[in-house]
Amino acid sequence: MVAKDKAVRKPREKRAWYQAAFALGINAWLPSWFKGEIFQGGVKGVCVPGLNCYSCPSAMGACPIGALQTSFAGLRFNLSIAEKKFGLYVAGFLGAVGSVVGRMPCGWVCPFGFIQELFHKIPTPKVRMPHFMSYFRYVVLATMVVALPLLIVDQFGYGQTWFCKWICPAGTLEAGIPLILLKVDLRPLVGFMYYWKIGLLVLFIGWFILSRRPFCRAVCPLGAIFGLFNKASLFRMAVDDEKCTLCDKCYKDCPVEIKIYESPNSPDCVRCLKCVSSCKFGAISYEFLGKREVACDLRAKSPASSC
Amino acid sequence: MKRKLPWVLLTVFLGIMVVGLLFGEYKTVLEKAVTVCLDCIGIG
Repeated sequence: MVAKDKAVRKPREKRAWYQAAFALGINAWLPSWFKGEIFQGGVKGVCVPGLNCYSCPSAMGACPIGALQTSFAGLRFNLSIAEKKFGLYVAGFLGAVGSVVGRMPCGWVCPFGFIQELFHKIPTPKVRMPHFMSYFRYVVLATMVVALPLLIVDQFGYGQTWFCKWICPAGTLEAGIPLILLKVDLRPLVGFMYYWKIGLLVLFIGWFILSRRPFCRAVCPLGAIFGLFNKASLFRMAVDDEKCTLCDKCYKDCPVEIKIYESPNSPDCVRCLKCVSSCKFGAISYEFLGKREVACDLRAKSPASSC
Repeated sequence: MKRKLPWVLLTVFLGIMVVGLLFGEYKTVLEKAVTVCLDCIGIG
């Protein structure tokens, strides 16, 4: 009986603890909250594989999307003074993570994904997000993160970090609100942009409550980048068509509402592995470095299992 | 059959990352990260 419980609980119920641990680990410098400053240690140049604003007082790493935009925004100026800074470190980091696990950090590491899942637990009627909206994140990536910072520059050749400035609700929630509360000298600077971002955050939070991880699916440029690697990464999902009964239990449990049996390595999948544990027939598995795991194999250890 | 593509991608991107580090991009990212990002917090 003990073996059965352990097997069924394996990936699904522990995930929230991993998410909480990563959120805390990425934002571990808690003394900054009391000083009203941001952490400024030398390790902060290390990118984290999640959307976590580096202006969050306790953030110990760099947001890759913020860093990537800054690289693009400064590219023309750097070229004009023959500086060899092309954003290769950040691009290489994102590609390396994506090549190994694809979009898995979205499901396990990203603090903002975790925040969305917590808001979604608020009991209200829920709304499914139309699938076509998931393409919008590529538009955000192509325009707000790449094209606009590169193309619209001032007289010195500097662009802006358009996504951070106009959209990113993670920056507002993790940095904008805390820093305005903690740093009195910043308060006179509050104006239209601040209220715009607060308004957008409120709208997003309403959406988080109603729909499952809508920001990750429709807006997040980091998810868009990692998702491109899902089909080509070392970590892979697989569905056994002979065992799958199309019961849709995996679809109902999926935090990003995908039918994994239609496309096991869909760019939308955050690889939370909830489907692996929810499939009663052991049809869904994952593979990493030649090792394959099926939740049903674990359940089979229990004599009460029908697997 | 052993899949080669993920290993090729990993090698290429690790190479790109190392080149970026050699160009001093870690310092650039660090300088940005240790400064309060006014755009991010909505007062830029």
